[in-house]
Amino acid sequence: MVALTDLLGETPARRDAILDVSSIDQSGLSEELLTLNFGPHHPATHGVLRLITTLEGEVVRDLKPIIGYVHTGIEKTAEDKAYWKAIPVIERMDYLAYFFNAYAFCGAVETLAGIEVPPRAQYLRVLFMELNRIMSHLVWLGTSALDLGAISMFWYCFRDREQILDLFEMATGQRMHTRYFQVGGVFEDIPSGFDAKVREFCATMPTRVDQFAAMLDNNEIVIQRLQNVAAVDEQTLLGLGVTGPLLRATGNTWDLRKAAPYCSYDHFEFKVPVGTVGDNYDRYRCRLEEMRESVKIVRQALDGLPEGPYITDDRKYALPPRHELATSMEALIHHFKLVTEGFRVPPGECYFPVESPRGELGCFVRSDGTSKPARVHMRDPSFVNLQATLPMCKDLYIADFIATLAMLDPILGGIDR
Amino acid sequence: MPDATGLELIANDLRDQDDDGVLATVFFREKAMLIVNAPFVPTALEHLRAMGYSFMASVHGVDYFPEEPRLGVHYELLDMHAVDRITVKTRVHTEDPHVPSASIAWPTANHQEREIYDMFGVIFDDHPDLRRILMPDDYEGYPQRRDFPVGGEPVLFTHNETKSPGWWH
Repeated sequence: MVALTDLLGETPARRDAILDVSSIDQSGLSEELLTLNFGPHHPATHGVLRLITTLEGEVVRDLKPIIGYVHTGIEKTAEDKAYWKAIPVIERMDYLAYFFNAYAFCGAVETLAGIEVPPRAQYLRVLFMELNRIMSHLVWLGTSALDLGAISMFWYCFRDREQILDLFEMATGQRMHTRYFQVGGVFEDIPSGFDAKVREFCATMPTRVDQFAAMLDNNEIVIQRLQNVAAVDEQTLLGLGVTGPLLRATGNTWDLRKAAPYCSYDHFEFKVPVGTVGDNYDRYRCRLEEMRESVKIVRQALDGLPEGPYITDDRKYALPPRHELATSMEALIHHFKLVTEGFRVPPGECYFPVESPRGELGCFVRSDGTSKPARVHMRDPSFVNLQATLPMCKDLYIADFIATLAMLDPILGGIDR
Repeated sequence: MPDATGLELIANDLRDQDDDGVLATVFFREKAMLIVNAPFVPTALEHLRAMGYSFMASVHGVDYFPEEPRLGVHYELLDMHAVDRITVKTRVHTEDPHVPSASIAWPTANHQEREIYDMFGVIFDDHPDLRRILMPDDYEGYPQRRDFPVGGEPVLFTHNETKSPGWWH
């Protein structure tokens, strides 16, 4: 019991947990640690995450994540594809942040090749990435609330997510994994009527966020699982490389969109929501506020959408417009070269970080001068953030641990790649 | 980013600590990179941490096949106050793929070094838990190496089955 008394008094929840275990001991039951396998097929792991937990009564004392169940070798596959053909497979890594995956890869290739992206394309990218951020947070909110037993939240969140997927379908033809971002810009311009649909969505979304907050903030069960649970300090998280809403919940304002603006994020006015103590409740509030801020960015992107080309006119990298093929020999040659071999990228190495819904998503691309990347590596925020599970969940009840895992928001497609 | 001159100054500071530590500096696309000897990696990282690069953003493994030394390990460091990035890179031979582990001083490197060990076979000395992370424990070979074939894993489907195993009847 010496080890237990050392831990007493950190937070009320922990104190209760520890005292409960001690009372079991006094009632004459034998005391031993129990190893419990959790997952990989368990609805509360948000994918195929397996956790080997060591329990003392109902309290988690140790935890080991085991991953790799959906490892599909996407990085290896990408090495065997021309740069523009690698985009669809790379999009499928973090399956809730496909625009971010595609952007990180395209950004790295554009940096290597020195391609200038036209302003309209940059604004369109921002527009879609922010819609994607809202969509990702909606899935997180719905499934997290589901883990805590709030089933109706799941339906409400997925109802609104549908709206965003419909917008994606209208503009890109696909609901998920849209392959909309290209090296040098975007695949095509937005269709007529899209603007009005997005504005319609932007008008309802802030009210929806208010409704979600009202529903969860007045729910005693949710509050008990979130407030003052799993608080981890900023320095520990920084040491573990944690970024995104998890880090901002501790009060750190690090957000790549603000700190090192890319893709004309410096043209937009938005706030970076931060928490104070870094517990589950702060993580939840940060993401909720981020949805509101994303709506603001989407509106500004529509208002300020510049006229002009949506993809670079460098024919060495972007396909020529269809009508040129009938009249221009050069266009035909470029089209043929791009479709058969793809474009070549000057040799070099580049690391391109962006702020995904889960933190710093960085794409490392090495080019050896051929038309296929020699190495693609995604620094996926879920993979790195997963290391924070143990410091977060140590000495928590199992029920709190489920809530903490939900607030961690791991996406196994991104972790395993 | 430290500019080309700033990078040389850092490299000179490091050369004062060890003459053979820094092999080269690369300044490419506005990004600074220090190429160091594998045993010198922890010293270089600590020196950069003292300079403010206190956040390890990422660790990548690279296979430079057919160049030698083949295997590369990149450490991406970030200074969150100055918003500055720098890369430390080291290269090792496949016959002796030893790099001192950074995961004690930088806890974030733990999983990432395991991934590089898993995919490239770089051995991180003094790593607390150097096991495969994405591939199964009993897997043979290092799948991200350039000479490892794509599709090298035979997958049993009904169409490539030579004779009926009978389990679907």
